[in-house]
Amino acid sequence: MKFTLSWLKEHLDTDESVEKLADKLTMIGLEVESIEDKARQLAPFTIARVISAEQHPNADRLRVCMVDTGNGAAPVQVVCGAPNARAGLISVFSPPGTYIPGKDITLGVGTIRGVESRGMLCSEAELKISENHDGIMELPADAPVGTAYASWAGIGDPVFEINLTPNRQDCTGVHGIARDLAAADMGKFKDPGIKQIRGEFPCPVSVKVEDASLCPGFALRLVRGVRNGPSPKWLQKRLTSIGLRPINALVDITNFMTYDRARPLHVFDAAKVKGDLVVRRGREGETLLALDGRTYTLDSSMCVIADEQGVESLAGIMGGEASGCSEQTTDVLIESALWNEINIAQTGRKLGINSDARYRFERGIDPAFMVPGLEMATKLVMDICGGTPSDNVVVGKSFGDDRIIEFPLTEVKRLAGVEVGFPEMKRILGHLGFMVAGSGPAVKVAIPSWRSDVHGKADIVEEIVRIVGVDQVPMTPFERGEAPRKPVLKPMQLRTRRAKRALAARGMVETVTWSFISRPQAELFGGGKAELALANPIASDLSDMRPSLLPGLIAAAQANSDRGFADVALFEVGQVFRGDRPEDQFTSAAGVRHGFATQAGLGRNWTGSAGANAFDAKADAFAVLAAAGAPMQALQVVPGGAAWLHPGRSGSIQIGPQNVLGHFGELHPRALEKLGADGPIVGFEVILDRIPEAKARPTRAKPALELSPLQPVTRDFAFIVDRTVKAGDILRAAQSVDRKLVTAITVFDVYEGKGIEDGKKSVAIAVTIQPREKTMTDQEIDAVAAKIVAEVNKKTGGVLR
Amino acid sequence: MDCERILSEVPVAMSDLARLEAQILADIAAASDEAMLEAVRVAALGKKGSISALLSTLGKMSPDERKTQGAAINLAKDKVTQALAERREVLKSAALDARLASETVDVTLPLRDAPTETGRIHPLSQVWDELTAIFADMGFSVAEGPDIETDDYNFTKLNFPEGHPAREMHDTFFFNPKEDGTRMLLRTHTSPVQVRTMLSQKPPIRVICPGRTYRIDSDATHTPQFHQVEGLVIDKGSHLGHLKWILHEFCKAFFEVDHINMRFRPSFFPFTEPSLEVDIQCRRDKGEIRFGEGEDWLEILGCGMVHPNVLRACGIDPDTYQGFAWGMGIDRIAMLKYGMHDLRQLFESDVRWLSHYGFRPLDIPTLAGGLSS
Repeated sequence: MKFTLSWLKEHLDTDESVEKLADKLTMIGLEVESIEDKARQLAPFTIARVISAEQHPNADRLRVCMVDTGNGAAPVQVVCGAPNARAGLISVFSPPGTYIPGKDITLGVGTIRGVESRGMLCSEAELKISENHDGIMELPADAPVGTAYASWAGIGDPVFEINLTPNRQDCTGVHGIARDLAAADMGKFKDPGIKQIRGEFPCPVSVKVEDASLCPGFALRLVRGVRNGPSPKWLQKRLTSIGLRPINALVDITNFMTYDRARPLHVFDAAKVKGDLVVRRGREGETLLALDGRTYTLDSSMCVIADEQGVESLAGIMGGEASGCSEQTTDVLIESALWNEINIAQTGRKLGINSDARYRFERGIDPAFMVPGLEMATKLVMDICGGTPSDNVVVGKSFGDDRIIEFPLTEVKRLAGVEVGFPEMKRILGHLGFMVAGSGPAVKVAIPSWRSDVHGKADIVEEIVRIVGVDQVPMTPFERGEAPRKPVLKPMQLRTRRAKRALAARGMVETVTWSFISRPQAELFGGGKAELALANPIASDLSDMRPSLLPGLIAAAQANSDRGFADVALFEVGQVFRGDRPEDQFTSAAGVRHGFATQAGLGRNWTGSAGANAFDAKADAFAVLAAAGAPMQALQVVPGGAAWLHPGRSGSIQIGPQNVLGHFGELHPRALEKLGADGPIVGFEVILDRIPEAKARPTRAKPALELSPLQPVTRDFAFIVDRTVKAGDILRAAQSVDRKLVTAITVFDVYEGKGIEDGKKSVAIAVTIQPREKTMTDQEIDAVAAKIVAEVNKKTGGVLR
Repeated sequence: MDCERILSEVPVAMSDLARLEAQILADIAAASDEAMLEAVRVAALGKKGSISALLSTLGKMSPDERKTQGAAINLAKDKVTQALAERREVLKSAALDARLASETVDVTLPLRDAPTETGRIHPLSQVWDELTAIFADMGFSVAEGPDIETDDYNFTKLNFPEGHPAREMHDTFFFNPKEDGTRMLLRTHTSPVQVRTMLSQKPPIRVICPGRTYRIDSDATHTPQFHQVEGLVIDKGSHLGHLKWILHEFCKAFFEVDHINMRFRPSFFPFTEPSLEVDIQCRRDKGEIRFGEGEDWLEILGCGMVHPNVLRACGIDPDTYQGFAWGMGIDRIAMLKYGMHDLRQLFESDVRWLSHYGFRPLDIPTLAGGLSS
């Protein structure tokens, strides 16, 4: 919402400065976004006369001018490049030290090709008042030399722009803004009554409203015998000062009413309207050539004003070209109506029309001002264009009935924590147009018709507090009280946080990628459900909610590789989606390694330069699970399991076949190809929600520690097995021999090649045997070893090497 | 044998013993490795060694003679024994030195950076943890909710009238309508978590709701996904003054300054009444922002008293309970605090940017240790 200081002063008797007014507007909730004060910005630019303009001795295109800057000052020498610099020209001069807005420089004293120049003659572009930079400005011969250009040109009126919140319909007009400022002690509100204008004949056009829910009120009047044409200077200036283009007097009056009184109107050229008007729903396929020159196709959800020929206007949004007013208009129909806010908003959105009328109607117009608005417009038409008014035609029941609420005076203190005396409350509410009856403890407050945003007690508190000033509300300590100190993080939040730190501590870099990915990517990773596809994605490659973090991470790794950073280890802990219900959203932890980004570090190194492999990814997955509190002993690793991973170099981590926690391994080359990524890339993903919750224990004490006085014994075994035998099976077989005595097993060598038969491999394990009750004899230990050999042979076919 | 015979027959002259001792000590000193030293030892103290032989002659001597001779020979034996031990230490030490001298490594070979030095926590996660630390200290717990929401929780229960222009302030991502005509959406703020909290928990309530949010917007200062943290307090007496205090305490703690001026401006949100926007004092200096000083105001959050309609929609009686809520962008406050200039970089996964603006994994924000120290 834009307005100028002089326009404001039409409604507010004030001597406050622009800064003070702007600050107050912001502090009462009408946030000033910008103030354009040309009088101040352009103060150093004055009107000057070129006394002489001689050819520059050293440059063909330059002229050396002597300039009379007025006020009896000595002529100033200026070097000027403009072709129109000539003796006798009245133009605009700026002295050294002036900031030139159009060039974003501060002028100095210069010497141009050996000739001193003490200022500048300016173009409009240099003042940033237009794009015109064809030479210096040419002012009329009677322009007063020595005075400030901006005030002479009438562009000195400061322009305020307010970032209006959608609740304040009343402040879409200058009148409403002035009312708020007056309540905030910024001056006296000017609110002369509006006189009714008696009609001199019955209005020949009748109005029928088919659906009152779409049009609660409609007022119409004919003014006969008007002379339309350019509107008077004052009106044109009002409109141009806020960036509107004057069209003709009748149209300008409606635009003026829109910005002055927040009362959009429409004017029809009565000669172009056939028969009576009807307010009805649009018909499917009906079209309207609107005043913006575009043709809109209508439907039955929209509200229109039609005559016998068809639709003449899109109600509350934009008029039609066919019945619009032109300079030839002699009889004008003025419409002042009320429209259903939601319907206006929906229609405007559907047709993509952002008009000043829509902006106001969808916020809700002051219903009580429908008829007064028509009277005021009639007066303006008659004053400017002459003519004879008809009677008003008014359709609708009642407009702007009083709404009264019961307001306990203690509400202000209760909600806002600030003491405001009743007289002050009454004063503020009175200024804002509320009527207060009674003296407490509860009073009756009548809400003015233009404040459709005010409904209840809290709204009244807001009105009082914003005018008193929120800075008057004392800061009040809010102690945490006696509430017990409990953990503030839930188990899942703790897992998430630990997973992140654990992965970062492994040298991985955390990323945050988009929650949406492309449909083909989603499908590749087990997603692509219709319920997870956005109806209005921002781009086609951001169309589906991600079922996995891996596509985003792989894309990120590739982007870094493309930038020349191929050795990257990235991770993300975030949400993934398997459906649209809350329980279908999971928290996933995933990571990828590309190039030489192993657990040991990034890049090639003299200590070893292998690329990342599936075991780096497995170690990442296990690190996350351990950090997140998974029962590590219960985890099983089975080969394969995810279609997007290399079938032979990947595995799944599960607690029984029903609870698969995640996958790890090398990415499938076909998946990488579809993602446009260069492999090999290894990665993992685990779903943190799938980790079973640890049982709550009644004490924080750790279980008692039993330290055996007996020394453990370690025995090594090397088994020759088929290549396909899984190490895990050998370990499980060895472990199963005696779960009490066998306390640890490690694999310390895996070998294939020379000395081992083709298709076989050697797997060497070290078994730790912890005697329980007494030291074991060699025979007893040998017996356990023999059982291990036998069991491994039975389960895997392995024989001792 | 000759020697034995001579010694048994001829009383040993002192000078002979002295000469023998001197010879053995010279041999010890001359031994250049442990094997040579051992040969000297055997020759002197072995079963058939020269000193051992002398000792064996003592038995045939008279008691007086034995006394003087025995003492002299044993003294010589002790001297030799000690000399042998000393020489052995010297030789052992020299041998170790020699071995060590051959075992050099090039200590200038560079180390790999420790994983804890190269790994990074994203600034958003770090700030998330900072927020949690500050509000946990004030007695708030952390509530989260789904990204995919219903229209009811994202708008209707929050007092957004159907078709009201306020809904347009939230450019919403929708999913395709279901068979029953309803359609899910991506939450435009984390306020639905407030709704879920109020529906599932009885007052008093003190929670913060951090989370990912979405709006259709993409330019230099907007991304289609961003992050918010909202706060909610519901009880019987909390008012605007408390809200101002909490936010003031938060801003001081978060920006780690002793003083900060704040400006509370009336504004409008459907779900609060009164509604406020909050600016903080700052100074812009060569592309850096300093907080707690300067003349500029920077908008950082919106807040207000929870609208009675919202309380009612969540089953709370607005005449008994009251409270306040606020919301701010985690991305925005992270950028302000840590001097990140381009919002889009937060989501571009550029390792150069992440290494620079990210945090080391063990730099865990705590109030005890300082949020960012």
